[in-house]
Amino acid sequence: MSTTTTDLKTLQAQDFKSDVHNDWCPGCGDFGVVAAVQMALAKLQVPPHRAAIISGIGCAGKTAHYMQAYSFHTLHGRVMPSVTAMKLANHDLTVIGVGGDGDAYGIGAGHFVAGGRRNLNITYVVMNNDVYALTKGQASPTIAKGQKTKSMSEPSIMDAINPVLLALACGYTFVARGYALDTKYLSEIIAQAIQHRGSALVDVLQTCPTYNDLHTKGFYAGQVEGQPRLYRLDQTGYDPIVHNADDPLEIAQKKAQALLKTQEPGGRIPLGVYYKLDTATYEDHLKAKIPGLQEKPLAELDLYHRDITPNLKELM
Amino acid sequence: MIGGSQGSGLNVSAEIFAKALCRSGYYVFGQIEYHSNIKGKHSAYRLRISDEPVASHVDPVHLLCSLDEETLIGDLYHEYPAHRGHVHEVAAGGAILYDVEQKKTAELIERRDIYLWEMPYAELLDRALTEAGKPGQARAYRIMTNTLALGASVGALGFDFEPVAQAICDSFGGKAGKVAELNVNAAKYAYEYAREKFSKELKFALPPAPPKREQIMVKGTQAVGMAKIQAGCGLQTYYPISPATDESVYLEGYQSEHNLVVLQTEDEVSAIDAAVMGAHGGVRTSTSTSGPGFALMPEGIGFGAITEAPGPVVLLYQRGGPSTGLPTRQEQGDLLFALNAGQGDIPRIVMAPGDIEECFYDTFDAFNYADRYQLPVIVLVDKHMASCYQTLPPFKTSHLKIDRGLVKPANTNGDYQRYAFTKDGLSPRSVPGQAGGIFWSTSDEHDPRGHITEGIGNRLAMMEKRMGKVGMAAREIPDGKKYRFFGPAAPKKIPVLAVCWGSTKGAMHDALQRFDPHHSRYAALHIRMMRPFPVEAVKEILGRAERVVCLDGNYSGQLAQLIRAETGICVQHQAVKYDGRPFSEEEIIVALEAAKAGAAERLVISQGKVVVPGNGNEEFDEMLELREAHPKMLAPMVPLPPGYNR
Repeated sequence: MSTTTTDLKTLQAQDFKSDVHNDWCPGCGDFGVVAAVQMALAKLQVPPHRAAIISGIGCAGKTAHYMQAYSFHTLHGRVMPSVTAMKLANHDLTVIGVGGDGDAYGIGAGHFVAGGRRNLNITYVVMNNDVYALTKGQASPTIAKGQKTKSMSEPSIMDAINPVLLALACGYTFVARGYALDTKYLSEIIAQAIQHRGSALVDVLQTCPTYNDLHTKGFYAGQVEGQPRLYRLDQTGYDPIVHNADDPLEIAQKKAQALLKTQEPGGRIPLGVYYKLDTATYEDHLKAKIPGLQEKPLAELDLYHRDITPNLKELM
Repeated sequence: MIGGSQGSGLNVSAEIFAKALCRSGYYVFGQIEYHSNIKGKHSAYRLRISDEPVASHVDPVHLLCSLDEETLIGDLYHEYPAHRGHVHEVAAGGAILYDVEQKKTAELIERRDIYLWEMPYAELLDRALTEAGKPGQARAYRIMTNTLALGASVGALGFDFEPVAQAICDSFGGKAGKVAELNVNAAKYAYEYAREKFSKELKFALPPAPPKREQIMVKGTQAVGMAKIQAGCGLQTYYPISPATDESVYLEGYQSEHNLVVLQTEDEVSAIDAAVMGAHGGVRTSTSTSGPGFALMPEGIGFGAITEAPGPVVLLYQRGGPSTGLPTRQEQGDLLFALNAGQGDIPRIVMAPGDIEECFYDTFDAFNYADRYQLPVIVLVDKHMASCYQTLPPFKTSHLKIDRGLVKPANTNGDYQRYAFTKDGLSPRSVPGQAGGIFWSTSDEHDPRGHITEGIGNRLAMMEKRMGKVGMAAREIPDGKKYRFFGPAAPKKIPVLAVCWGSTKGAMHDALQRFDPHHSRYAALHIRMMRPFPVEAVKEILGRAERVVCLDGNYSGQLAQLIRAETGICVQHQAVKYDGRPFSEEEIIVALEAAKAGAAERLVISQGKVVVPGNGNEEFDEMLELREAHPKMLAPMVPLPPGYNR
């Protein structure tokens, strides 16, 4: 993790909160996510000016405005390209992407894939409530075939994406799932994601009280075959960590194990870290070939006194 | 000209020769035409060699070096041939060098005003191979034919072999290894053979070399790449696309040396967005693409503009459109697209350098404009400029100054507002990571702090702030960087004025130098800054012209449209060229003469003349007779003739 703690004051979650009026619907799961991000940054004592929050479009996109940090409310689906460039510009910053499920897994799916392949040291928090809420509740890529929220005119005839499986396939080296209304545990997961060296996905199950009448607070708080629907992986002895990063078989086994956890019989949903692999990041590879980056982030290097004489000589 | 199939190394041969000529003091202009194909399809490389500076190619060929039958007779085996070879382009008194194995095809050539010179490449190659201890292996080393053709061309022109031998060695990394030695020897045998047999006959001998001086042989993508390095670009993003990729590949080669990150993205959407965010992140950023890639970028350009990112600089290498169009051919079809891409009113600067030297200086300036005015800057170049080689004096850099614009002083606290309203519309920017500089930024309309608002007064003020920066650029950027006029000073009248933009400048300049150096008949205006457009200057110059012809490398006369939109002036003639090839020196004159003679309002220029586009096959009529007469050899869609080099 790369943060510099210059402020002697102990940072509280409150210090990451901007004074902008929040216009999410009352009871929106987004409140829990933004609070969890603030708590995670406070827990890690990241000075607000050393954090960059980059969000997409939609309800989730407004997150940037509610954060006290360098905050960018970008374009629909383009969180990952922006996160990538911010991290390349300054690898010492804590860079967090925030987007909705439509943003990350729908319009931004191609960028989501590339983000996993790069394995930059970044965190991507996806607010997953199954609907495009700001446009009044159309089906998102995570709604399952046959499901119909009250905002949809008919049941979905497309299959749902499995975000955990997609992330594993793309190469995210930290894949976790949280629940928006369990803010405390979500903040712990996000803190672990930030601390992880590599691309981290936190898929956050979340309620949309206005449009999603299927996956409500009651649904998530409910029971499956006499057991709570949501439970914590870390309380079951599950080991998400790849212990030998050079062992492709172990990597495959840990991925397979994570996949199975997304398909619990009876529909129980585990929360926590599904998969974690510590391996070289994109920045590590860049530092190996670009010497200046070993000293300073790109934005702090003096690139303005270069000499192109050798370039010209090559053409003579 | 050297012609052959792609993958046969003809561009390597041409560039080695050009390098040798460059080092010997000649001025060279190299122009390549190639297909969107890796191996097999036809390619032709023109080298114009002169004892005076040259910035364009010419239509007549004085020495044609043919590496395959297709160079001679075209691709008649196709139902709809793409070309008819290059024999018709050879000037009277010129010559064709061809492999003895092409003998049968060469017999079909009916021209009696040119020399037909046979080269026994296999035999000469065998001699070189025998010397290297590999007798009888000429067939296996057939790929070296391009090197022999190089030697033959140099010999036929009577040029010295020594600089060519050196350039061959350099092309193998400067090492005098066995392979380099074999190539030099093979070239030498062909050189000696051609020199001995042909050099005295050719009417078009090389002029004596001008005095040697320091010069570079550079192509557009390299000039742009060097400018980006010089300007301090820290992050280049790109998605592979012809003809822009060469620039990014060039920069990739210098990442370690210059602390430069080149990011290959998953698509052009990502390329532009990453370039915008990198600029917000405190780095000078750039991306390079072509029309199809730029078609994915308007979203990001709008985002950069509304968030007032200091950049990126977008290099748009135009190629034939629409859609995938002509991926490796010339067109200036994206002028209006570059000016208008994106929803709503987007403040931007659009530059269009006219030659390789301007590519360097304009790209450098583009980064300063991006920082100073905090907006996207688009630099329009094209396939022609990207892939042409030109000899030039080395770029001068000592006078180039980097201006990073208004930056918020470090470590000052207080109520910082990233989008503060100021007198001139420019707000000091902070960089993420900087204490006291936290800001918010959004693709929505926003207040001075960067938070969303839909308020009316704020909307009016923010639009004025953003759009006003273009007017500010119009006032601050000197005229000398916006256009160049080749003609008499005011108030003198101009009989015929040619107006052009982008890479047409080279052909225009050379045509005027050659046909009317004192501008008694023709004057020319080259427009280099498309936004902010030099309205007053263009009005003044066009106002003095009795006849104006606008030369546009596209179908719809986009420059003429822009002139009309910006100045209200409707030009009398449009000479358009959309055949996928750049204007040649002769074509400029053809267009001007036609305009002078009071031709139609719209002239379509192609293959050296004014044409009336027809059914697409008329130029082949004569050749089709040939095909009928030799059905076995040139039948359509049948297996290729024996010995056909594919």
